[in-house]
Amino acid sequence: MRDAGRLPKATGLRLFWYTMWARAYPRMIGAMRERSWLFFETILPLMGVIGYVYVYKTLNAPEDYIGFVVVGGAMTAFWLNILWAMASQLYWDKDQGNLELYVLCPGPMMAILLGMAVGGMIMTVTRAVIILVVSTLLFSVVYQTGSLLLLLGVFAATMASLYGMGMMFASAFLAAGREVWHISNLLQEPIYLLSGFYFPVKAMGFWVATFASIIPLTLGLDAIRQLLFTSDPTLGFLSVPVELAILCVLAVIFIAAAAWMLAKLEDIGRREGRLIERRR
Amino acid sequence: MAITDRLLSMPVVRRSNVLRTFITAAWLGWQIESNWADPILFAIYSIARPIASVLILVVMYNVITNGATQEQIFAYIYLGNALYILVGQVVSGVSWTVISDREQYRTIRQLYTTPMDGYFYLMGRGVARLLIGLVSLVITIGFGVIAFQLPVSFATVNWPLFIASTVLGIISLATLGLIVGALTMMMARHFSQIGDALAAALYLFTGAIFPLDMLPTWLQPIGFVFPVTYWLELARRALLGSKLAAFPTFSGYSDGQLMGILAGTTLVITVASVYVYRWSLNRAKENGFFDMETSY
Repeated sequence: MRDAGRLPKATGLRLFWYTMWARAYPRMIGAMRERSWLFFETILPLMGVIGYVYVYKTLNAPEDYIGFVVVGGAMTAFWLNILWAMASQLYWDKDQGNLELYVLCPGPMMAILLGMAVGGMIMTVTRAVIILVVSTLLFSVVYQTGSLLLLLGVFAATMASLYGMGMMFASAFLAAGREVWHISNLLQEPIYLLSGFYFPVKAMGFWVATFASIIPLTLGLDAIRQLLFTSDPTLGFLSVPVELAILCVLAVIFIAAAAWMLAKLEDIGRREGRLIERRR
Repeated sequence: MAITDRLLSMPVVRRSNVLRTFITAAWLGWQIESNWADPILFAIYSIARPIASVLILVVMYNVITNGATQEQIFAYIYLGNALYILVGQVVSGVSWTVISDREQYRTIRQLYTTPMDGYFYLMGRGVARLLIGLVSLVITIGFGVIAFQLPVSFATVNWPLFIASTVLGIISLATLGLIVGALTMMMARHFSQIGDALAAALYLFTGAIFPLDMLPTWLQPIGFVFPVTYWLELARRALLGSKLAAFPTFSGYSDGQLMGILAGTTLVITVASVYVYRWSLNRAKENGFFDMETSY
């Protein structure tokens, strides 16, 4: 970080940019300082992934299903990050007294949310890559080299819509107060099930898969699997271009909704005096 | 508090610091788990998670076998996952107590200045999660019987074996959670994942959802160390009958032999937990970690 005394006064987009990186900075540095986090947050999902791989091996499933579990397992890192480090974050910040500092500082709250997302995403990509590489090496998963550009596009659209949803959840969860703990817990396994983290989501049936498509990881994961594995293309829920288009639309909707909800919640919080209220 | 008051006023409880601590901690744990949650949300939360986790396996199984849920292995996988609900609830329930008292409520100093027994306080705090886990277990098994025709019926279950093995299993889980909780006293920041990490490791190494024989030979002994492995096997045998045993790992062992091993490993882990707790408490106090707040 540069010496604060030498920084020019920032306004507009520059202020937004500085605020975003200021919020992302402690997340990135924190991950580097406490490297044991990396160990625990990688090992934990890795154990689950390996467990599910052995279930498929016990059932003599086709090799591609092991790849499905590996990719899905890597993506759980993003969902856990959304629940515990995005959605619940403003509540933790309020509990620790940081929220009032965010509100008092001149930086926009949306930049703070985006900083949380950027910082969290950088940490989580590292974890997901480790899970992916270790599982791939352990189980000799074979990927097909199709369109890398399309794959990157799908991944970027998935992340944009997913973290947009996380930003939206942050405001909603702040309103939920102490029940965020239960809500976050509630959104783990049921979402793994609905979004098809460990099997093609098509297996859930058309209507359930359609309903689950509101979670960006459902379509993102389905598209990534279609691009990475050579198995029967009918295992995909929708075609990749359609899924990519829906993900882009979801990204715009979630980010706009996040901005609206944040402004609304801040306004209500200020008027009712609940913005800095702490209950344990 | 009515039931707790009645229990606390019993002469035997009034005379015993251990029992008073345990009952009060159990009451406190239940209040923390349930008192500010919306009852509907709390009920959904207690049921949806375990049902969803078991349905993940059901869908995986159905995708590969085209719905051959009448096979014995399906019942074994289903019940292994259902019984495993207790592992996560009890192990992380006991260990999380240290974190919530130290970091969330910041009451650990006040608690340890009272004449309570710290070991049984942690045990008592795990009771609430155990009760939630038991309700989830019953619902999950009931759901399996109704939705997938699991061959479990009230009349055919070997109840003495099921109750005896489950009591020992729960004791071993609670003491395992206590060891993790005790170690947590000496740690900063990354503590929050340790209970979950252990529960995840047990998922892999105890044959909950696949036979231990599937693991590489050099990894299999890890599973044989934990009492949970034997409890899961015994509980499944009790629910399904020994003839329906589908995982080959313990096919050469009788119920009595497995009970003996379960009792022995539970005793070892219980004694170890007492020593680990005392050692960790002293180390945490010596190093100034005991009431450390790390902004989790």
